Formats: sequence, C-alpha cells, structure tokens
Amino acid sequence: MTDKPKVAFFDFACCEGCQLQVANMGEALLEVLDQVEVVEFREVMSEKWKDNFDIAVIEGSITTPHAVERIKEIRERSRILIAYGSCATNGGVNGMKNNFELDNIRGYVYNDSAKYFPTIPTRAVHQVVKVDYFVHGCPVYPPEFLRVLKCALLGIPYHVPDESVCVQCKLNENVCMYERGLVCLGPITRAGCNAWCINNGNICYGCRGMVSNPNENGAIDVIKKYNIPMDLIMNKMNMYNKCRELDEK
Amino acid sequence: MTKRNVQVNVEYLTRVEGHGNIVVNVKDGSLEECRLEIVEAPRFFEGMLRDRSIFEAQHITCRICGICSCGHTLASIQAAEDAIGFKPSEQTIKLRRFLLDMEILDSHLLHIYLLVAPDLLGAKSFVPLINTHNKVVRRALRMKKACNDVCDILVGRHVHPISCIVGGFTKLPREKDLDAMLEILRNMQPDMEATLEVASTLKFPEFERDTEYVGLVSNDDIYPLLMGDVGSTDGVRMDKYGYKKITNEFVVPHSSAKHTKLSREAYAVGALARLNLNYDKLLPPAIKAAEALGIKPKCTNPYLNTVAQLVECVHCLEEAIGLLKELKTSGINYDEEIAVGLNEQNVIPVEAGSGVGAVEVPRGILFHHYEVDDKGIIKNANCVIPTNQNVNNIEQDMKKLVPEILEKTDQEITLDLEMLVRAYDPCISCSAHFLNVKFVNR
Repeated sequence: MTDKPKVAFFDFACCEGCQLQVANMGEALLEVLDQVEVVEFREVMSEKWKDNFDIAVIEGSITTPHAVERIKEIRERSRILIAYGSCATNGGVNGMKNNFELDNIRGYVYNDSAKYFPTIPTRAVHQVVKVDYFVHGCPVYPPEFLRVLKCALLGIPYHVPDESVCVQCKLNENVCMYERGLVCLGPITRAGCNAWCINNGNICYGCRGMVSNPNENGAIDVIKKYNIPMDLIMNKMNMYNKCRELDEK
Repeated sequence: MTKRNVQVNVEYLTRVEGHGNIVVNVKDGSLEECRLEIVEAPRFFEGMLRDRSIFEAQHITCRICGICSCGHTLASIQAAEDAIGFKPSEQTIKLRRFLLDMEILDSHLLHIYLLVAPDLLGAKSFVPLINTHNKVVRRALRMKKACNDVCDILVGRHVHPISCIVGGFTKLPREKDLDAMLEILRNMQPDMEATLEVASTLKFPEFERDTEYVGLVSNDDIYPLLMGDVGSTDGVRMDKYGYKKITNEFVVPHSSAKHTKLSREAYAVGALARLNLNYDKLLPPAIKAAEALGIKPKCTNPYLNTVAQLVECVHCLEEAIGLLKELKTSGINYDEEIAVGLNEQNVIPVEAGSGVGAVEVPRGILFHHYEVDDKGIIKNANCVIPTNQNVNNIEQDMKKLVPEILEKTDQEITLDLEMLVRAYDPCISCSAHFLNVKFVNR
C-alpha cells in the first residue's frame, strides 16, 4: 500500500464513454497513475476497495431506487466527490426520459414485463448528494478532466467556465451556425469544451448545461432574427437540460 | 461425476448491455440453475427517441455505448437514411467503412489487452501488469491511442463522434489529415506484429459447444461489416428487413436485456461468428494471422472469440490502410461536406417511411429500426444490441461447461465462467468486475 491519494471510479446509468476517455489518454495515463492509487475502477479492474476514498469519480445519472442508496453510501466514504460527465452533472441524455410519463416509457420498451424494471425520474448526482467538483460534457473533454483532477489533488477550487461556447467558438474562427441557417445551443451553453462539435462542423447540443446567467434578451433577438420556431429550441433544450427543472424546485 | 454442491453467485458483472450477475447452482452433482442475470439500470433509449427528429437519432443512440459509439452511429445512420429514402455517396460509404474498421480495431484491442490479457497472465487487472509487463501495457495504450487519434482526425473524437451524420460528413479530412492518419496506422503495424507474437504464446481453455453463428453475409468479396444480408451457419439467409425473424426477442424476468433465438435454442454473434461465416473474405495478412494462431472455421470454442478478434484486428488495420490509400488517390470531393443540424433548412429531402440498419460492430451484429413521419419525426424505434443476442448463448455455454468442470475448485470454476463471459466481450466493464463471488453449500 502507498500513501498516494486513493481514487475510485463508479458508474451509474450511462454509456461509460467518459471512463473510456481516461483509457484514451494513452501512455500519459501512466503518469497520472503515478500520482494516485486507483483502488476501484470496474471498467478495467477486478479489485474492490472496502475503505474510504480520497476522491470518488462518479459517472452516470441516478435512475433507480438502488442507485440512490448506492451514491449515498459512496458519498459517506469519500473525502472528495467529482461528478464526471454530463449524465452525472446534469442528467445527460438520460434526462429525456423525464419528458415522458414513467409508466408510458417503461411500457413502450418492456411491454407487459415493465414491472420487472423499477425506475425513477432521472436525477443528476448533485440532486441526490453533495458534489465537490463538476466535469461537464458528453463526453468529458480530457484536458479539463486533468485540470479538475489537479485541483482536487491540490485541494483548490475549480471554476467551471461560465461564459458561452460562442466565446471559444469565435476564437476558433468558426462560421456561426446561425449564419449557416442552423439552430445551435452554443449561445446559452457553458464553455470549456473548446467548441468541440462546432469545430467539427456540427451544432452545439448543449451537453455541458446552461451558463448560470444566460443572456435571455440576446437569445430572444437571435430567435427573432433567424425566425426560429420556439418548439424547435425547446426540443433541443430538453435533450441535455431537462433535469434542470429539478434544481429549480 | 462428483456428487457435489456448487453455488456460484457473481454479483455485478457489467454495463450498457448489462450490469449482470452469474448465478450457478449445482446440487448433488447436477445442475439446477445456471443463468446470466442482466440487471443493468434500463435507460429506455427506444422510448426516448419517440417524437424526436430523425436527424438527432445518431447523436442520441451513439450514447447507448461509449465503447462502440461509432458502431451505433453507423447503424443509426443507415436505418435513418433508409427510413427517409436517402442514398449515401460512394465517398461517404468508403469513409464509413474506414470508421468502422477503426471502431472494431479500437474495441478489440481494448478487450484483448486490458480485459482478457490479465486473466491469461494471472493478474486481476492491467494495473499490476504495469510493473510486471510494462512493455505490453505501453504497447496496448499506444495502439489504443493510435486508434483514438485517427478517430479524432476523422470524426472529431472516438467517443460520440461528431462529424459522421445522416447525409454524410459535416467535416471531411483534408489532404494533410489523410497523410497523418496513414502515418499513424503504418506506425501501428510493428505493434500489431508484436501483438500477434505474444498472442501465439497464450493458452485458452478448451471447451467446445456447437451453436448457430449469425452475422452479415454478402455476395461480393468484401468481408461484410457495414452492409449485407443477414446469414447464419445453419443456412439462414434473409435481407436485413427480416431482422425480427432472426432475433425473435423475448423478455425473461432475470434480465433487462431481451433474449434471442433463431434455428436452435440460442445463437452467437461477434468476431467468432463473423470468422466462421466469412473466413474466405478476410484480407491475406489476416488469413496468415489466423493460420499462425491456429483458428479456422468452423471454430466452436467460445473462448477463442478473443483470437477471432485478433484476426479481425489484422484485417481491419490492413483494410483501413487500403481505404486511406484509395481516398488519397481519388482525392476527396469537398462539395459533399454538409451542414444539416435538425434539417431545419431541408438540406436533405425527407419522406415518411421505415428503415433498418444492420451493421457488424465489435461485439456482433447490431440492428437499429426507425419509423418516421413525413417531417422526419421518429414514431417508433427499436434497437437490438449484440450482447442481448449473446446472453442466451452464453447461458447455454455455461450449462454445458459447468458439468464438465465439476472436478475443479470453486475458484477455478468461477474463473472459467468469468473468462467464458468475458470472451464474448459483453461490454467492457462486464468483463472486468465479476466480484463478490459467493460459494454456499460447501
């Protein structure tokens, strides 16, 4: 055993792609593993840790009664808890489930057998337990994860960028999607991803969640200028931002 | 046969296609219970897709699985384009085939090196191997990163690709991008050679169970991964629209993954199924690798799915390099670069209809099926995932295997069962966290 900080990864309802982003770091991963002791990481390890964790990295949304109990138990055993990836930080695409009545969506997928599959409305991790750090994104942007991990190890706060994706997008000199006739959620979505999707010719889907103080008047101007139907915008908002409703209650 | 009692209860085995448990119960030497429980928290993707635009389907469904996100992307796009009546260009198809090669290569490498190798080298995970087999771990991470770097260039990123959408690509690789990808892949070739060398020294458990192998088949000479009919080693062949007649899904209470069967009690999909169906279409270096590794059709040892994956790695790397060279020679037509969004500008004409995507992804054949209205809004969606199709077959394997290994210790039986499930590569974490193994009645 070493006295290196003990780090564990846990997954809830998600695709585990954010964990995979760690494996995708290549040999740089070995440098990270030099600084910490990974004591539990189901995606790649059989080992399990019975003690407390210095850092618990949580991937996925809370969607079953069992998951609520499990995340509470992990929180109690963790000095620092990091919500990792959109599913954990804002419900991610799992939030779309909340656009439907639970019985309706359960019955659609499993018909008469629906009763075997208990489910509750999707919640982000901070809507169930206290979260110390947020790494937004679907998937996470690896350079940001390394920044957050460093902050957590040093015990200093990490400030999630709170300007819109447009700021980084403009710096990258992309042609605005609105100018190309497409509706993009960049103007109201938190930066920090380096405008990943727009750099690659796609629109912003809002995976990092809304900035804390969106420029509503500006957004209304844009919607008017480009004659955008309200339901189109709302539908897009409901892909990653549906769980926000639970914050406002 | 020993008149013994064995109760294996491996809790929490897994992920997307299932957080799962292995349950085996032997009383007085006879097998009473044997199942792979899938207890994954259901995420209701098919339900969530309803009333969304078909142009969002890829973005949403690729998030079913982070590991084969590009595979879901390609199946989803194929189904969507089929539904709205859009035909992709030749260039688009070539780029998609290239992407699929990278997807299979990436996923197989992860499985072979990080999930299976620890078993064969007697470790609990790849982490202790950093000290004992540092060169192997470094090679694995290097190869994994190479695949990832190619996907970054081609589609923005490997996990949840950005530029590969209904209609084509939102960003097409530039000349320098093609060169960069080609260089990365050529640099991977020596590592692939070294991988084969290590692999030829590994010993896999001996076990045979003949089953029906299902996968894409075609009339041309290309090892079918992106397109084709659906066929089986029992002689079934039909077009992809008959997929429900192939999968015959049924729900069982112990599993949130639906089960499937075709001509017999169960069937298998994945690398071994593909190799058994289409061995002759593998590229020459892959055939050479298969011969060196001693695998040929019809192979009925499920543990050798890992070896079949290795053969496919060689094939996919070779094919990817070939496709890149072709693209370099023909040049990329940048007029095909598209901006679609939710098709609010009607860039792509849409008609009401129903469409099916059938694509070979790393773990086997994947089906997506959508019905859309004349606005391109999804009315119904269905996805049949490879691991779901394998679960029933894995259970049949376990039923045959357990009585054959009853003379072994509990630990050995558990490991054999874990390795069996892991061989199917049910999905990455499935393979890595068979924990809390409990033996009762001893």
